Amino acid sequence: MSLLEVKGLKVAYGGIQAVRGIDLVIEQGELVCLIGANGAGKSSALKGLIGLVQHHGEVRFTGERLNGLPTHAIVAKGMTLVPEGRGIFARLSVAENLDMGAYTRRDVGPVRLDLNRVYDLFPRLAERRAQLAGTLSGGEQQMLALGRAIMARPRLLLLDEPSMGLAPIMVQKIYQTIAEIARDGVTILLVEQNAHLALQVSQRGYVMESGSVVLTGASQALADDPMVKAAYLGE
Amino acid sequence: MDIFVQQLINGLVLGSIYALVALGYTMVYGILELINFAHGEVTMVGAMSALAVIGALLGAYPQAPALLVLPAGVLAAIMVCMALGYVIERVAYRPLRRAPRLAPLITAIGVSIVLQNAAMLIWGRSYISFPAILPHGSHPILGAVITDLQIVIVTLSVLIMLGLTLLVERTRLGRAMRATAQSREVAELMGVNVNTVISATFIIGSALAAIAGVMVSAYYGLGHYYMGFMLGLKAFSAAVLGGIGNLAGAMLGGLLLGVIEALGAGYIGDLTGGFLGSNYQDVFAFMVLILVLVFRPSGLLGERVAQRA
Repeated sequence: MSLLEVKGLKVAYGGIQAVRGIDLVIEQGELVCLIGANGAGKSSALKGLIGLVQHHGEVRFTGERLNGLPTHAIVAKGMTLVPEGRGIFARLSVAENLDMGAYTRRDVGPVRLDLNRVYDLFPRLAERRAQLAGTLSGGEQQMLALGRAIMARPRLLLLDEPSMGLAPIMVQKIYQTIAEIARDGVTILLVEQNAHLALQVSQRGYVMESGSVVLTGASQALADDPMVKAAYLGE
Repeated sequence: MDIFVQQLINGLVLGSIYALVALGYTMVYGILELINFAHGEVTMVGAMSALAVIGALLGAYPQAPALLVLPAGVLAAIMVCMALGYVIERVAYRPLRRAPRLAPLITAIGVSIVLQNAAMLIWGRSYISFPAILPHGSHPILGAVITDLQIVIVTLSVLIMLGLTLLVERTRLGRAMRATAQSREVAELMGVNVNTVISATFIIGSALAAIAGVMVSAYYGLGHYYMGFMLGLKAFSAAVLGGIGNLAGAMLGGLLLGVIEALGAGYIGDLTGGFLGSNYQDVFAFMVLILVLVFRPSGLLGERVAQRA
């Protein structure tokens, strides 16, 4: 049984079809990327998976059909989305933001361990734990968003454009952390416009174009594909 | 007797009641950006249900001690209002969550009219007087007088506000409420059942309104199906004065408004050479509202709207 099986996922806003029926399969422990140009429907696909937008098609998570469940119930089943633009709570402190990540968890001891781990990964967050999250820099906010996701101990982590708007050194730090989270055994679906980065860190990938998956395969193979090279890697 | 001190005391008492009601407006606005204009009517329902229960208990047991009857009335008011708050949100606002903002506003006014008329049908059109079971001692203080009832109202209000602050700042529900106020979508992504949080907000705000309603009817010795209207408008003004959406602002705004009103009523006769009397006291709340809207629309403690989100 695959961790996530998606068949014919469609998302539409008003009359506009953002996702036109895509199939995805993600196995336990994989890091899979979803690449494509701006507006290809990548973010809409993630939002459809976690129930934030109306969608059609079948979504199975650990074998169970998720369709129709509200987002908070899907999150409680172990799927976490770090949304585009990070979505931190600007007027909560750093520590409170991290607490919110563990909102559905009742296992106090392990939550504390995860909190220590987040502070180890991002010492900057530990220094600023009492500060309002809105006062953090963009890079620190992305660290906080990732840290908050770690606090949820998800079985499947959906990341939407984690590199967007960040300085190169910060992008590097964020991607190191993503690789580390993956090494811990968390399954990740990574949406990224920066195809270079995404194909480097992932094992497999899907390429989306105007709402449909046009290509899929091992990340190395995709990176060598002439169409991908021309369209997304600028070679 | 020192008019200034006396009016200051009267103002603080009135203000702490305004603050309790203003908190309900501000909590709902903070989370839904909705002005729940039916909130004033919830205070009225609180006052009237307490009066009904207290009246019935005294009718059945004329010798029943006030210390039993009063809490029973307050408790009944709280439960009725909590249920009412939940139902109002569920029936009148939730179906309009995605509608343009004008729609729930008009619905709120509709709910308010429905509640007033229902109260009129249930409890009649006449004033219901508060049974004489309240403490009626009074104490001299700095050349003025403070009554036992005033002390009870202020103390209880302060305790409730402290409790609410702790709830919002320290508990899991409070954190979820603050998160939901900032972004419903992201709160949902954290696993927060946003609908539950919104219901809880209405229920808590309505409990505060119930207590405030009982306080008002005890303070003035009366209950009436129309009493929620003016109280609601003033508490709304207080919430705007403090910065709507901001809890500390609602408390500060309520107290300030009470004091402004009392001092205004105390001195308006002198200031206008007897031309206007203290029956113009209601004018002050709305003058304050207009001045705030003109000069500091975000209120005393409010943030600029651009800082939200």
